[in-house]
Amino acid sequence: MVPLDVAKTAALVFVASIAQVSIFSNVHVLGGRPDVLLLTLVSISLLRGPIWGAAAGFGAGLIVDTANLETLGVTSLLLTLAGYWIGRYGETTGRDRTHAPFLSVAVVTFVYALGSLALHFLLGEPAPARVVLLDTLFPNIFLNLLLTWPVYTLTRRLLPFQAPERKQEVQLLGH
Amino acid sequence: MPRSRSARVAVLGSVQRRASTPPPSRNNPAVRRRVVATVLILASLLLLTVYFRESSSGGLHGVQSAGASVLKPFEVAAEHVARPFRDAAGWFNGLVDAKSENAKLRREVDDWRRRAIENATAIRENAILRRLLAYEGSARFPTDYRPVNTQIISRAPTEFQQEVGIAAGSDSGIRVHDPVVTEDGLVGQVTTVAHTVAVVTLLTDETSAVSALDYQTAAGGIVQHGVGSGETLVLDRVTKDKVVNPGDVIVTAGWRSERFASIYPRGIPVCKVTSVGQTDTDLYKQVQCEPYVHFSSLEAVAVLVPKRR
Repeated sequence: MVPLDVAKTAALVFVASIAQVSIFSNVHVLGGRPDVLLLTLVSISLLRGPIWGAAAGFGAGLIVDTANLETLGVTSLLLTLAGYWIGRYGETTGRDRTHAPFLSVAVVTFVYALGSLALHFLLGEPAPARVVLLDTLFPNIFLNLLLTWPVYTLTRRLLPFQAPERKQEVQLLGH
Repeated sequence: MPRSRSARVAVLGSVQRRASTPPPSRNNPAVRRRVVATVLILASLLLLTVYFRESSSGGLHGVQSAGASVLKPFEVAAEHVARPFRDAAGWFNGLVDAKSENAKLRREVDDWRRRAIENATAIRENAILRRLLAYEGSARFPTDYRPVNTQIISRAPTEFQQEVGIAAGSDSGIRVHDPVVTEDGLVGQVTTVAHTVAVVTLLTDETSAVSALDYQTAAGGIVQHGVGSGETLVLDRVTKDKVVNPGDVIVTAGWRSERFASIYPRGIPVCKVTSVGQTDTDLYKQVQCEPYVHFSSLEAVAVLVPKRR
Protein backbone atom coordinates (compact mmCIF):
# COMPACT_ATOMS: atom_id res chain seq x y z
CA MET A 1 0.00 0.00 0.00
CA VAL A 2 2.80 2.42 0.86
CA PRO A 3 4.39 2.58 -2.64
CA LEU A 4 0.93 3.16 -4.14
CA ASP A 5 0.27 5.89 -1.57
CA VAL A 6 3.63 7.50 -2.35
CA ALA A 7 2.83 7.50 -6.06
CA LYS A 8 -0.64 8.95 -5.49
CA THR A 9 0.69 11.63 -3.14
CA ALA A 10 3.47 12.57 -5.55
CA ALA A 11 0.99 12.84 -8.43
CA LEU A 12 -1.39 14.90 -6.29
CA VAL A 13 1.36 17.30 -5.20
CA PHE A 14 2.64 17.66 -8.78
CA VAL A 15 -0.80 18.38 -10.24
CA ALA A 16 -1.65 20.83 -7.42
CA SER A 17 1.68 22.66 -7.88
CA ILE A 18 1.28 23.03 -11.64
CA ALA A 19 -2.37 24.07 -11.25
CA GLN A 20 -1.42 26.66 -8.64
CA VAL A 21 1.41 28.11 -10.73
CA SER A 22 -0.43 28.11 -14.07
CA ILE A 23 -4.09 28.57 -13.20
CA PHE A 24 -4.95 29.63 -9.66
CA SER A 25 -2.25 32.29 -9.33
CA ASN A 26 -4.24 34.20 -11.96
CA VAL A 27 -7.62 33.82 -10.28
CA HIS A 28 -8.45 37.06 -8.46
CA VAL A 29 -11.69 36.98 -6.50
CA LEU A 30 -12.60 39.72 -4.00
CA GLY A 31 -8.98 40.84 -3.97
CA GLY A 32 -7.60 37.44 -3.01
CA ARG A 33 -6.16 34.35 -4.66
CA PRO A 34 -7.01 30.76 -3.66
CA ASP A 35 -4.03 28.59 -2.77
CA VAL A 36 -4.96 25.10 -3.90
CA LEU A 37 -1.45 23.83 -3.25
CA LEU A 38 -1.64 24.82 0.41
CA LEU A 39 -5.08 23.18 0.68
CA THR A 40 -3.77 19.97 -0.85
CA LEU A 41 -0.82 20.01 1.53
CA VAL A 42 -3.14 20.50 4.52
CA SER A 43 -5.26 17.55 3.38
CA ILE A 44 -2.27 15.25 2.85
CA SER A 45 -0.77 16.21 6.21
CA LEU A 46 -4.01 15.64 8.10
CA LEU A 47 -4.61 12.29 6.41
CA ARG A 48 -1.07 10.93 6.51
CA GLY A 49 0.78 12.70 9.31
CA PRO A 50 3.81 14.98 9.69
CA ILE A 51 6.41 12.94 7.76
CA TRP A 52 4.24 12.82 4.64
CA GLY A 53 3.27 16.46 5.15
CA ALA A 54 6.86 17.62 5.43
CA ALA A 55 7.97 15.56 2.42
CA ALA A 56 5.01 16.73 0.30
CA GLY A 57 5.70 20.34 1.30
CA PHE A 58 9.36 20.04 0.38
CA GLY A 59 8.57 18.56 -3.04
CA ALA A 60 5.81 21.06 -3.77
CA GLY A 61 8.09 23.95 -2.84
CA LEU A 62 10.78 22.69 -5.20
CA ILE A 63 8.30 22.46 -8.08
CA VAL A 64 6.91 25.96 -7.46
CA ASP A 65 10.33 27.58 -7.15
CA THR A 66 11.59 25.77 -10.25
CA ALA A 67 8.56 26.67 -12.36
CA ASN A 68 8.75 30.33 -11.35
CA LEU A 69 12.57 30.53 -11.48
CA GLU A 70 12.48 31.88 -7.93
CA THR A 71 15.10 31.38 -5.19
CA LEU A 72 15.25 27.63 -4.65
CA GLY A 73 14.45 26.55 -1.11
CA VAL A 74 12.25 29.47 -0.03
CA THR A 75 8.89 27.85 -0.74
CA SER A 76 10.26 24.42 0.23
CA LEU A 77 11.24 25.68 3.67
CA LEU A 78 7.86 27.28 4.32
CA LEU A 79 5.81 24.36 3.00
CA THR A 80 7.96 21.77 4.83
CA LEU A 81 7.31 23.54 8.12
CA ALA A 82 3.61 23.95 7.27
CA GLY A 83 3.22 20.27 6.32
CA TYR A 84 4.99 19.07 9.45
CA TRP A 85 3.01 21.33 11.76
CA ILE A 86 -0.37 20.39 10.26
CA GLY A 87 0.59 16.71 10.38
CA ARG A 88 1.37 16.96 14.08
CA TYR A 89 -1.89 18.80 14.70
CA GLY A 90 -3.79 16.09 12.80
CA GLU A 91 -2.13 13.38 14.87
CA THR A 92 -2.82 15.00 18.21
CA THR A 93 -5.42 17.70 18.92
CA GLY A 94 -7.10 17.62 15.52
CA ARG A 95 -7.60 13.85 15.31
CA ASP A 96 -11.18 12.90 14.33
CA ARG A 97 -12.31 16.53 14.52
CA THR A 98 -14.57 17.67 11.68
CA HIS A 99 -13.33 21.22 11.95
CA ALA A 100 -9.63 20.23 11.77
CA PRO A 101 -9.20 20.95 8.01
CA PHE A 102 -10.89 24.35 8.29
CA LEU A 103 -8.98 25.42 11.37
CA SER A 104 -5.71 24.21 9.83
CA VAL A 105 -6.33 26.06 6.58
CA ALA A 106 -7.21 29.34 8.31
CA VAL A 107 -4.21 29.22 10.63
CA VAL A 108 -1.71 27.98 8.08
CA THR A 109 -2.77 30.58 5.48
CA PHE A 110 -2.14 33.29 8.07
CA VAL A 111 1.16 31.83 9.31
CA TYR A 112 2.35 31.07 5.76
CA ALA A 113 1.76 34.71 4.75
CA LEU A 114 3.69 35.94 7.80
CA GLY A 115 6.50 33.46 7.16
CA SER A 116 6.76 34.44 3.49
CA LEU A 117 6.85 38.09 4.45
CA ALA A 118 9.62 37.53 7.00
CA LEU A 119 11.68 35.33 4.67
CA HIS A 120 11.46 37.71 1.72
CA PHE A 121 12.36 40.59 4.02
CA LEU A 122 15.41 38.69 5.28
CA LEU A 123 16.50 37.95 1.71
CA GLY A 124 16.29 41.64 0.83
CA GLU A 125 13.44 41.14 -1.64
CA PRO A 126 10.35 43.37 -1.85
CA ALA A 127 8.07 42.54 1.10
CA PRO A 128 5.00 44.78 0.97
CA ALA A 129 3.53 44.14 4.44
CA ARG A 130 0.48 46.30 3.82
CA VAL A 131 -0.47 44.39 0.68
CA VAL A 132 0.09 40.99 2.25
CA LEU A 133 -1.38 41.57 5.71
CA LEU A 134 -4.18 44.05 5.03
CA ASP A 135 -5.23 43.90 1.39
CA THR A 136 -5.03 40.23 0.48
CA LEU A 137 -4.68 38.11 3.63
CA PHE A 138 -8.33 37.99 4.67
CA PRO A 139 -9.70 37.44 1.14
CA ASN A 140 -7.10 34.67 0.75
CA ILE A 141 -8.23 33.00 4.00
CA PHE A 142 -11.88 33.31 2.95
CA LEU A 143 -11.25 31.78 -0.49
CA ASN A 144 -9.12 28.99 0.98
CA LEU A 145 -11.85 28.17 3.51
CA LEU A 146 -14.40 28.02 0.69
CA LEU A 147 -12.29 25.48 -1.18
CA THR A 148 -11.22 23.46 1.86
CA TRP A 149 -14.06 20.95 1.82
CA PRO A 150 -13.89 20.03 -1.91
CA VAL A 151 -10.11 19.72 -1.87
CA TYR A 152 -10.08 17.75 1.39
CA THR A 153 -12.83 15.40 0.15
CA LEU A 154 -11.02 14.77 -3.12
CA THR A 155 -7.72 14.14 -1.37
CA ARG A 156 -9.40 11.84 1.16
CA ARG A 157 -10.91 9.85 -1.69
CA LEU A 158 -7.46 9.37 -3.20
CA LEU A 159 -5.73 8.80 0.12
CA PRO A 160 -8.22 7.13 2.50
CA PHE A 161 -7.72 7.96 6.15
CA GLN A 162 -5.43 5.54 7.96
CA ALA A 163 -5.76 5.06 11.69
CA PRO A 164 -2.43 5.58 13.43
CA GLU A 165 -0.45 2.45 14.18
CA ARG A 166 -1.21 0.88 17.52
CA LYS A 167 1.26 -1.25 19.40
CA GLN A 168 0.59 -4.95 18.94
CA GLU A 169 2.80 -5.97 21.77
CA VAL A 170 2.25 -5.50 25.44
CA GLN A 171 5.21 -5.18 27.74
CA LEU A 172 4.42 -7.04 30.95
CA LEU A 173 5.84 -5.74 34.13
CA GLY A 174 8.25 -8.13 35.79
CA HIS A 175 9.25 -9.91 32.54
CA MET B 1 -6.75 -22.58 23.92
CA PRO B 2 -3.65 -24.55 22.92
CA ARG B 3 -1.93 -26.38 25.74
CA SER B 4 1.36 -24.73 25.09
CA ARG B 5 -0.02 -21.24 25.83
CA SER B 6 -0.67 -19.82 29.22
CA ALA B 7 -3.85 -18.08 30.35
CA ARG B 8 -2.01 -14.80 30.71
CA VAL B 9 -1.00 -14.86 27.06
CA ALA B 10 -4.55 -15.63 25.99
CA VAL B 11 -5.90 -12.62 27.85
CA LEU B 12 -3.32 -10.28 26.38
CA GLY B 13 -3.86 -11.42 22.80
CA SER B 14 -1.25 -12.70 20.42
CA VAL B 15 2.13 -11.97 21.84
CA GLN B 16 4.96 -12.42 19.40
CA ARG B 17 8.35 -11.34 20.46
CA ARG B 18 10.83 -10.50 17.74
CA ALA B 19 14.08 -12.35 17.74
CA SER B 20 16.17 -9.21 17.87
CA THR B 21 14.77 -5.75 18.63
CA PRO B 22 16.48 -2.89 16.84
CA PRO B 23 17.60 0.09 18.89
CA PRO B 24 14.55 2.01 20.18
CA SER B 25 15.61 5.27 18.52
CA ARG B 26 15.27 3.78 15.00
CA ASN B 27 11.74 2.51 15.49
CA ASN B 28 10.46 5.35 17.59
CA PRO B 29 7.99 7.33 15.41
CA ALA B 30 8.73 10.56 17.28
CA VAL B 31 12.44 10.30 16.55
CA ARG B 32 11.79 9.28 12.94
CA ARG B 33 9.51 12.21 12.18
CA ARG B 34 11.90 14.66 13.85
CA VAL B 35 14.80 13.31 11.82
CA VAL B 36 12.83 13.56 8.56
CA ALA B 37 11.64 17.11 9.31
CA THR B 38 15.13 18.23 10.34
CA VAL B 39 16.71 16.75 7.21
CA LEU B 40 14.15 18.42 4.92
CA ILE B 41 14.45 21.79 6.66
CA LEU B 42 18.24 21.63 6.49
CA ALA B 43 18.03 20.66 2.81
CA SER B 44 15.77 23.67 2.15
CA LEU B 45 18.16 26.00 3.98
CA LEU B 46 21.11 24.55 2.11
CA LEU B 47 19.38 25.02 -1.25
CA LEU B 48 18.40 28.56 -0.32
CA THR B 49 21.89 29.49 0.81
CA VAL B 50 23.71 27.99 -2.16
CA TYR B 51 21.22 29.43 -4.68
CA PHE B 52 21.32 32.85 -3.06
CA ARG B 53 25.10 33.01 -3.00
CA GLU B 54 25.96 31.56 -6.40
CA SER B 55 25.94 33.54 -9.65
CA SER B 56 23.24 33.16 -12.27
CA SER B 57 25.51 30.79 -14.19
CA GLY B 58 25.99 28.53 -11.15
CA GLY B 59 25.15 24.85 -10.92
CA LEU B 60 21.84 25.17 -9.07
CA HIS B 61 20.65 27.80 -11.53
CA GLY B 62 21.49 25.39 -14.35
CA VAL B 63 19.55 22.58 -12.68
CA GLN B 64 16.63 24.92 -12.12
CA SER B 65 16.72 26.02 -15.75
CA ALA B 66 16.61 22.38 -16.89
CA GLY B 67 13.80 21.68 -14.42
CA ALA B 68 11.82 24.64 -15.70
CA SER B 69 12.18 23.31 -19.25
CA VAL B 70 10.83 19.94 -18.09
CA LEU B 71 7.86 21.58 -16.32
CA LYS B 72 7.03 23.87 -19.24
CA PRO B 73 4.85 21.40 -21.21
CA PHE B 74 2.75 20.73 -18.11
CA GLU B 75 2.29 24.46 -17.50
CA VAL B 76 1.31 25.02 -21.14
CA ALA B 77 -1.18 22.14 -20.93
CA ALA B 78 -2.70 23.54 -17.71
CA GLU B 79 -2.96 26.95 -19.34
CA HIS B 80 -4.82 25.42 -22.31
CA VAL B 81 -7.21 23.61 -20.00
CA ALA B 82 -7.95 26.77 -18.01
CA ARG B 83 -8.32 29.14 -20.94
CA PRO B 84 -11.97 28.36 -21.92
CA PHE B 85 -13.08 28.88 -18.33
CA ARG B 86 -11.16 32.13 -18.04
CA ASP B 87 -12.55 33.35 -21.36
CA ALA B 88 -16.08 32.53 -20.19
CA ALA B 89 -15.54 34.40 -16.92
CA GLY B 90 -14.09 37.37 -18.80
CA TRP B 91 -17.04 37.36 -21.21
CA PHE B 92 -19.58 37.53 -18.37
CA ASN B 93 -17.58 40.23 -16.59
CA GLY B 94 -17.44 42.24 -19.81
CA LEU B 95 -21.22 42.18 -20.14
CA VAL B 96 -21.65 44.11 -16.89
CA ASP B 97 -20.36 47.42 -18.22
CA ALA B 98 -20.40 46.75 -21.95
CA LYS B 99 -22.85 49.52 -22.84
CA SER B 100 -21.08 52.40 -21.08
CA GLU B 101 -17.72 51.12 -22.28
CA ASN B 102 -18.99 50.98 -25.86
CA ALA B 103 -19.99 54.66 -25.80
CA LYS B 104 -16.65 55.63 -24.27
CA LEU B 105 -14.72 53.63 -26.87
CA ARG B 106 -16.65 55.19 -29.75
CA ARG B 107 -15.62 58.64 -28.53
CA GLU B 108 -12.02 57.47 -28.24
CA VAL B 109 -12.05 55.97 -31.74
CA ASP B 110 -13.16 59.32 -33.19
CA ASP B 111 -10.35 61.05 -31.31
CA TRP B 112 -7.73 58.50 -32.36
CA ARG B 113 -8.83 58.64 -35.99
CA ARG B 114 -8.19 62.36 -36.04
CA ARG B 115 -4.81 61.87 -34.36
CA ALA B 116 -3.85 59.06 -36.75
CA ILE B 117 -4.27 61.36 -39.74
CA GLU B 118 -2.12 64.02 -38.03
CA ASN B 119 0.49 61.43 -37.10
CA ALA B 120 0.70 59.97 -40.61
CA THR B 121 1.49 63.42 -41.94
CA ALA B 122 4.07 64.02 -39.17
CA ILE B 123 5.75 60.63 -39.81
CA ARG B 124 6.20 61.40 -43.51
CA GLU B 125 7.61 64.82 -42.67
CA ASN B 126 9.86 63.31 -39.97
CA ALA B 127 11.32 60.74 -42.38
CA ILE B 128 12.11 63.43 -44.94
CA LEU B 129 13.80 65.66 -42.34
CA ARG B 130 15.84 62.75 -40.91
CA ARG B 131 17.14 61.94 -44.38
CA LEU B 132 18.01 65.57 -45.04
CA LEU B 133 19.86 65.93 -41.71
CA ALA B 134 21.51 62.47 -41.83
CA TYR B 135 20.19 62.10 -38.27
CA GLU B 136 21.74 59.33 -36.09
CA GLY B 137 19.47 58.18 -33.29
CA SER B 138 19.24 55.28 -30.86
CA ALA B 139 17.38 52.05 -31.56
CA ARG B 140 13.79 52.81 -32.52
CA PHE B 141 10.62 50.97 -31.76
CA PRO B 142 9.37 48.89 -33.51
CA THR B 143 11.65 48.95 -36.54
CA ASP B 144 14.92 48.08 -34.73
CA TYR B 145 13.43 45.22 -32.72
CA ARG B 146 12.36 41.68 -33.51
CA PRO B 147 9.28 40.67 -31.50
CA VAL B 148 9.28 37.21 -29.89
CA ASN B 149 5.59 36.51 -29.35
CA THR B 150 5.05 34.12 -26.50
CA GLN B 151 2.48 32.74 -24.12
CA ILE B 152 2.31 33.34 -20.38
CA ILE B 153 2.60 30.02 -18.60
CA SER B 154 2.98 30.89 -14.94
CA ARG B 155 2.50 33.61 -12.38
CA ALA B 156 4.21 34.29 -9.09
CA PRO B 157 2.30 32.42 -6.37
CA THR B 158 2.43 35.26 -3.85
CA GLU B 159 1.85 38.99 -3.82
CA PHE B 160 5.55 39.65 -3.25
CA GLN B 161 6.57 39.43 -6.85
CA GLN B 162 4.66 41.01 -9.72
CA GLU B 163 6.10 38.57 -12.24
CA VAL B 164 4.93 36.22 -14.98
CA GLY B 165 6.65 33.28 -16.61
CA ILE B 166 6.76 33.15 -20.41
CA ALA B 167 7.23 30.18 -22.73
CA ALA B 168 10.36 31.49 -24.48
CA GLY B 169 13.91 31.87 -23.24
CA SER B 170 17.50 32.27 -24.33
CA ASP B 171 16.96 29.74 -27.14
CA SER B 172 14.72 32.37 -28.80
CA GLY B 173 17.35 35.09 -28.41
CA ILE B 174 15.87 36.61 -25.26
CA ARG B 175 18.27 38.19 -22.78
CA VAL B 176 17.90 39.80 -19.37
CA HIS B 177 16.54 43.40 -19.55
CA ASP B 178 14.78 42.90 -22.89
CA PRO B 179 11.60 45.02 -22.92
CA VAL B 180 8.23 43.27 -23.01
CA VAL B 181 5.09 44.72 -24.58
CA THR B 182 1.58 43.85 -25.72
CA GLU B 183 -0.49 45.55 -28.38
CA ASP B 184 -1.75 47.85 -25.57
CA GLY B 185 1.61 49.07 -24.30
CA LEU B 186 4.57 48.39 -22.04
CA VAL B 187 4.41 45.33 -19.77
CA GLY B 188 7.85 45.26 -18.13
CA GLN B 189 11.23 43.69 -18.67
CA VAL B 190 12.82 40.25 -18.68
CA THR B 191 14.63 39.66 -15.38
CA THR B 192 15.48 35.95 -15.41
CA VAL B 193 16.21 33.76 -18.42
CA ALA B 194 16.45 29.99 -18.77
CA HIS B 195 16.78 28.02 -22.02
CA THR B 196 13.10 27.73 -22.87
CA VAL B 197 11.40 29.93 -20.29
CA ALA B 198 11.94 33.38 -18.80
CA VAL B 199 10.52 35.57 -16.06
CA VAL B 200 9.11 39.02 -16.80
CA THR B 201 8.93 41.57 -13.99
CA LEU B 202 5.84 43.69 -14.50
CA LEU B 203 5.64 47.47 -14.30
CA THR B 204 3.50 47.03 -11.18
CA ASP B 205 6.42 45.48 -9.27
CA GLU B 206 7.97 47.63 -6.57
CA THR B 207 11.38 47.32 -8.20
CA SER B 208 10.24 48.55 -11.64
CA ALA B 209 10.85 52.08 -12.84
CA VAL B 210 10.65 53.50 -16.37
CA SER B 211 11.83 56.88 -17.57
CA ALA B 212 8.89 58.31 -19.45
CA LEU B 213 7.48 61.52 -20.82
CA ASP B 214 4.15 63.11 -21.51
CA TYR B 215 3.45 62.58 -25.21
CA GLN B 216 1.51 65.85 -25.49
CA THR B 217 3.69 68.22 -23.42
CA ALA B 218 7.07 66.39 -23.30
CA ALA B 219 7.19 66.66 -19.48
CA GLY B 220 9.62 63.98 -18.28
CA GLY B 221 9.48 61.76 -15.19
CA ILE B 222 9.74 58.22 -13.89
CA VAL B 223 6.82 55.80 -13.96
CA GLN B 224 6.63 53.60 -10.86
CA HIS B 225 4.06 51.51 -9.06
CA GLY B 226 1.68 53.55 -6.92
CA VAL B 227 0.85 52.93 -3.29
CA GLY B 228 -1.55 50.03 -2.72
CA SER B 229 -2.18 46.72 -4.37
CA GLY B 230 -3.96 47.92 -7.51
CA GLU B 231 -2.49 48.49 -10.94
CA THR B 232 -2.26 52.27 -10.56
CA LEU B 233 1.04 53.83 -11.59
CA VAL B 234 2.53 57.21 -10.72
CA LEU B 235 4.62 59.52 -12.87
CA ASP B 236 7.18 60.69 -10.33
CA ARG B 237 9.86 63.39 -10.48
CA VAL B 238 7.85 65.79 -12.64
CA THR B 239 8.91 69.28 -11.60
CA LYS B 240 6.23 71.89 -10.96
CA ASP B 241 7.19 73.99 -13.96
CA LYS B 242 6.21 71.17 -16.34
CA VAL B 243 2.69 70.78 -17.67
CA VAL B 244 0.81 67.50 -17.37
CA ASN B 245 -2.94 67.25 -17.95
CA PRO B 246 -5.45 64.51 -17.15
CA GLY B 247 -5.95 62.36 -20.23
CA ASP B 248 -2.38 62.85 -21.51
CA VAL B 249 -0.58 59.79 -22.85
CA ILE B 250 2.66 58.77 -21.13
CA VAL B 251 5.21 56.99 -23.32
CA THR B 252 8.71 55.64 -22.71
CA ALA B 253 11.43 58.30 -22.98
CA GLY B 254 14.13 56.04 -24.44
CA TRP B 255 16.98 58.34 -23.40
CA ARG B 256 20.65 57.74 -24.13
CA SER B 257 23.73 59.28 -22.55
CA GLU B 258 27.41 58.62 -23.24
CA ARG B 259 27.66 55.55 -21.03
CA PHE B 260 24.11 54.49 -20.36
CA ALA B 261 20.90 54.05 -22.27
CA SER B 262 17.36 53.29 -21.20
CA ILE B 263 16.48 49.65 -21.72
CA TYR B 264 13.11 50.69 -23.14
CA PRO B 265 13.01 52.19 -26.64
CA ARG B 266 11.30 55.53 -27.09
CA GLY B 267 7.60 55.79 -27.79
CA ILE B 268 6.00 52.73 -26.17
CA PRO B 269 2.68 53.71 -24.57
CA VAL B 270 2.79 53.19 -20.80
CA CYS B 271 -0.24 54.79 -19.18
CA LYS B 272 -2.87 57.51 -19.36
CA VAL B 273 -2.88 60.33 -16.80
CA THR B 274 -5.90 60.17 -14.49
CA SER B 275 -5.13 62.90 -11.97
CA VAL B 276 -2.58 65.67 -11.43
CA GLY B 277 -1.92 67.53 -8.20
CA GLN B 278 0.75 69.54 -6.44
CA THR B 279 1.38 70.96 -2.98
CA ASP B 280 3.49 73.89 -1.81
CA THR B 281 5.77 71.66 0.26
CA ASP B 282 6.47 69.01 -2.36
CA LEU B 283 9.17 69.46 -5.00
CA TYR B 284 7.33 67.47 -7.63
CA LYS B 285 3.84 67.10 -9.02
CA GLN B 286 1.72 64.13 -7.98
CA VAL B 287 0.69 62.48 -11.21
CA GLN B 288 -1.34 59.27 -11.19
CA CYS B 289 -1.92 57.26 -14.31
CA GLU B 290 -3.75 54.14 -15.39
CA PRO B 291 -1.70 51.62 -17.39
CA TYR B 292 -2.91 50.61 -20.83
CA VAL B 293 -2.03 47.00 -20.12
CA HIS B 294 -4.36 44.96 -17.90
CA PHE B 295 -1.71 43.12 -15.92
CA SER B 296 -4.11 40.74 -14.19
CA SER B 297 -5.47 39.32 -17.45
CA LEU B 298 -2.31 39.00 -19.52
CA GLU B 299 -2.28 35.90 -21.73
CA ALA B 300 0.45 36.61 -24.27
CA VAL B 301 3.23 39.16 -24.67
CA ALA B 302 5.92 40.14 -27.16
CA VAL B 303 9.54 40.36 -26.05
CA LEU B 304 11.41 43.00 -28.04
CA VAL B 305 14.76 41.54 -29.03
CA PRO B 306 17.10 44.17 -30.51
CA LYS B 307 18.15 43.34 -34.05
CA ARG B 308 21.64 44.62 -33.21
CA ARG B 309 22.95 43.64 -29.76
